Amino acid sequence: MADFLQLLISGLATGAIYALAAIGFTLLWQTSQTINFAQGEFVMVPAFLALIAMRWLGLPFVASLVVAVLASMLLLGVAFRYVVVGPLIRRGVLPLVISTIALGILLKEGVKDFYSAEAQSFPTLLPDTLITVAGVSVSLAQLGVLVVAFAVIGGLQWFLAGTRTGRQMQATAQNPTVAQILGVPIERMILYTFLINAVLAAMASILISPIYLAKFSNGETLGLIAFVAAIVGGFNQVRGAIVGGLLIGVLDNLAAAYVSTAYRQAIPLLLLVLVILFRPQGLLGRREERAV
Amino acid sequence: MSAGRSLLVGLALVAVLALVPVDLTDIGLPYPGLRRYGTYILTLWLVTAIAAMGVNLIVGYAGQETLAQAAFVGIGAYLTAIVTKAGVPFGVAFAASALVTFVVGVLLGFPALRVQKHYLAFVTLAFTVLCWLVFRNEQWLTGGVMGIRDIERPSFLGWPLRNHVRFYWFVLGITSILTFVLWWILRSPWGRAFTALRENPLRAESLGIDVRLYTLVAFALGCAYGGMAGSLYAPLVEFIDPSPFALGPSLLFMLMVVIGGSGTFLGPFVGAGIAVLLPEWLRAWETWYLLIYAVLVMVMMAFFPGGIVGLLSRLLARRGTATGGRP
Amino acid sequence: MLRRTLALAALALGGLGATAGNAQEIVIPNIIELSGGGATVGAMWKNGSSMAVEEINAKGGILGKKVKLEFIDTASDPGKARAAVQRALDDKPIAIFGPIYSGSVSATMKLTADAEIPQVMGGEAGPLTAQGSKYIFRTSFGQNVSMPKIANYLRDGVKAKNVAVVFVNNDFGKGGRDAIVKELNARDIKVVADVSTEPGQADFAADVIKVKGTNADAVFVYLNEEESARFLREAKKQGLNKPLIGETTLLGQKVIELAGDAANGVKGHVGLTVDAPLPSVQEFGKKYEAKYKSKPDHNGIKGYIAPYMIKAAAEKAGKLDGKAIAAALHGLTITPDKEPGILIEATFDDTGEIDRISFLGEVKDGKQVITETLPKLKK
Repeated sequence: MADFLQLLISGLATGAIYALAAIGFTLLWQTSQTINFAQGEFVMVPAFLALIAMRWLGLPFVASLVVAVLASMLLLGVAFRYVVVGPLIRRGVLPLVISTIALGILLKEGVKDFYSAEAQSFPTLLPDTLITVAGVSVSLAQLGVLVVAFAVIGGLQWFLAGTRTGRQMQATAQNPTVAQILGVPIERMILYTFLINAVLAAMASILISPIYLAKFSNGETLGLIAFVAAIVGGFNQVRGAIVGGLLIGVLDNLAAAYVSTAYRQAIPLLLLVLVILFRPQGLLGRREERAV
Repeated sequence: MSAGRSLLVGLALVAVLALVPVDLTDIGLPYPGLRRYGTYILTLWLVTAIAAMGVNLIVGYAGQETLAQAAFVGIGAYLTAIVTKAGVPFGVAFAASALVTFVVGVLLGFPALRVQKHYLAFVTLAFTVLCWLVFRNEQWLTGGVMGIRDIERPSFLGWPLRNHVRFYWFVLGITSILTFVLWWILRSPWGRAFTALRENPLRAESLGIDVRLYTLVAFALGCAYGGMAGSLYAPLVEFIDPSPFALGPSLLFMLMVVIGGSGTFLGPFVGAGIAVLLPEWLRAWETWYLLIYAVLVMVMMAFFPGGIVGLLSRLLARRGTATGGRP
Repeated sequence: MLRRTLALAALALGGLGATAGNAQEIVIPNIIELSGGGATVGAMWKNGSSMAVEEINAKGGILGKKVKLEFIDTASDPGKARAAVQRALDDKPIAIFGPIYSGSVSATMKLTADAEIPQVMGGEAGPLTAQGSKYIFRTSFGQNVSMPKIANYLRDGVKAKNVAVVFVNNDFGKGGRDAIVKELNARDIKVVADVSTEPGQADFAADVIKVKGTNADAVFVYLNEEESARFLREAKKQGLNKPLIGETTLLGQKVIELAGDAANGVKGHVGLTVDAPLPSVQEFGKKYEAKYKSKPDHNGIKGYIAPYMIKAAAEKAGKLDGKAIAAALHGLTITPDKEPGILIEATFDDTGEIDRISFLGEVKDGKQVITETLPKLKK
């Protein structure tokens, strides 16, 4: 039983990080029809931005984190929106999908060629000290991850439901045409979505790189998990992405321990296929009407 | 261009391609031909083009999305490798690969094509990773991570094909036949139905075209082309392991078709050519080629979504009208 | 359409040219892992071999000719490795270095054997020297040599009756796992857990939990560098307090760097190590660190001795010919007093297997410490 609880807690901790990546992905898809195949790389890059700030600019750790978040907002938010997505969205969705696939490759190769092909250790904000409760050992770092992730998610939920801008963003996501008629500045709302995605990705990056080690290839696994979590949870709800992320985190651990470590990657994927075939709106989503 | 003219151009191209790796100095022409490696690259280009043609059919003509082509190439490759090592003649293995991948394509497409377009990309993505896991884990069948070694090249009617130029001619022959088949399909009423599907599926449906059936057939046929490419890939490289059949290569297949020109006939050849030759051209900047490739794709998508073939068409057409218009 | 086709054809043919070479120097292609899972390993090899070639050239080269190294990235992919070796062989070099990953070596061996060009590689999978190629040469022990030594250590040193095996599911890890399980079974030691992990895996929580749940007396960890570091950190985090035993990689410099103090207490067999208590090896370590501003690991040593192996064999054969060099290497013993570059005395047998002394070590306070030296198999 202690084993199961241990797996559960570990799973929730990594799952919370997956949730951050999945939420951003969902928001982008909902608001601007952007399927960001580079989302995994978006979670890989900010850690390197922080490392660059530390090693090349000589800044202390916390300052580097701040720099990384701001730089992400600029590069992965503003630049992504206006340089990549903007010109392409009018060409149709397929060119945009192809471009984000290419962007993912670009970011991955860029980090590999300009920084390093090897894994880098990444400092953690919280120490690794163990706390044991009822036979389950949790490290402070893991608890910290859970706390930070949930705080971010909570903050986002409050923002979306509780503030005017947030509700305007939700309106844009649900029906841009109507929102525009009602006077919502949808261009600005879309920009905000991109910025939020950049911040969420940066937070995920900072939380996961101490565990995963910062490496240019991290995006591959993280991206796949973000897609699965977002779709399984339910595309038209931010809550769906949260549930999806946590579910995948826990499921992955349980699959590895109880099913087969060689096929652990298969379980979330099988879940994805089943959900798409039988309940495409996801576990928490609402059925969407097909646009004619 | 009329059908007859197209066929003549095609034959001429095949003849030229057949001569490219051959050393012509023996008959007095100052052309040294290609060495082993050059011929190998040329053959790889043809094999990649077959798989790319399959993706082009699914994406460019039927308007769907697929990230599973690498998995189908893998199924064809492993099937051929396992079966020829057990003594079955290559021809049978090739036919079996085509058939099996067609059937798997139907089984995958049948439920998957019901969902909205972008979900299809994710289902095919999941399929690819699942196939790759099976290739890697089932060591008793596929050799697992060690792969399958020393795959023999077949003989054609008793004539051994171990030699690199002969095997190239063999692959060239098969590619020509497969290209011709696709060309014929696209010119037939089926092909026109595909174009209708791509442009406006609802309208096509209202005109009585069974959208689902046509899409399913296009999808399965595209996958079968992947399987056939895999069947040729195994004896070409003489060694297979799971790595070329993972998610990354599937993404690259999509990219190469789009760069070449999605929905155009020559697009897959151009795209495959770039994918195979670009690393060679950029050998001085060896590790940078993927980076440059990615930038190229992004620029093309923004400015020339018709791909390279589309771009060339526009350039040549413009020059044509400027001089008073010529076919 | 016709003009378009011709334009495309012209563009394409432009890409199939050949390269020229300089006849006054010896070009040796290094076809190694410079990206992908093996990036760390390849980088070390590259540095080691470059340093060796600089020294060799400073002393006049091999048989009077300077040596130039070419580096080609296999991206840790056997298919690419094969294509790269094929291309390199077209230029008829006197030797080929690499790959280091056993899967890629396996995919390329036949090519070098057919072309009769010696291939000095870093792979450790057992079967590589058992396939009858007269042109394959190791720079470090095969698993067929190292695993029996570890099994002996587990039986006599750790006195373990039950062992949990954690391995990475690639050519290196699977080969090692198969070899150690065979050796453990032969010594009546029970394998109580057989945990496969993914290359590039980041989350080891489930794997550590699985091992914790067994009654293992020791855990044999056989992963690549980065994964080893992540496993060790997770093991420390969860308080896994069984002895962690490994082979070279687990006690290597890179792993110690990435794992921090989670690496302390790890023990194992070290076939090749920079911390060997031999002046030649210590000297190498200092030179490498001064030049590259970071500590080397065993892969750096492998890369370093490769050019010296070719030098010694070429000098014995008297000519710069691949076939002759390979023949000269078989049965050759290279000693550090005649050829300091070899660092430790090494004997190569007819199958290309290398025989050398090896060590048992432990990680203490963030450094690898050698606790025992084991002799060569045959004197």
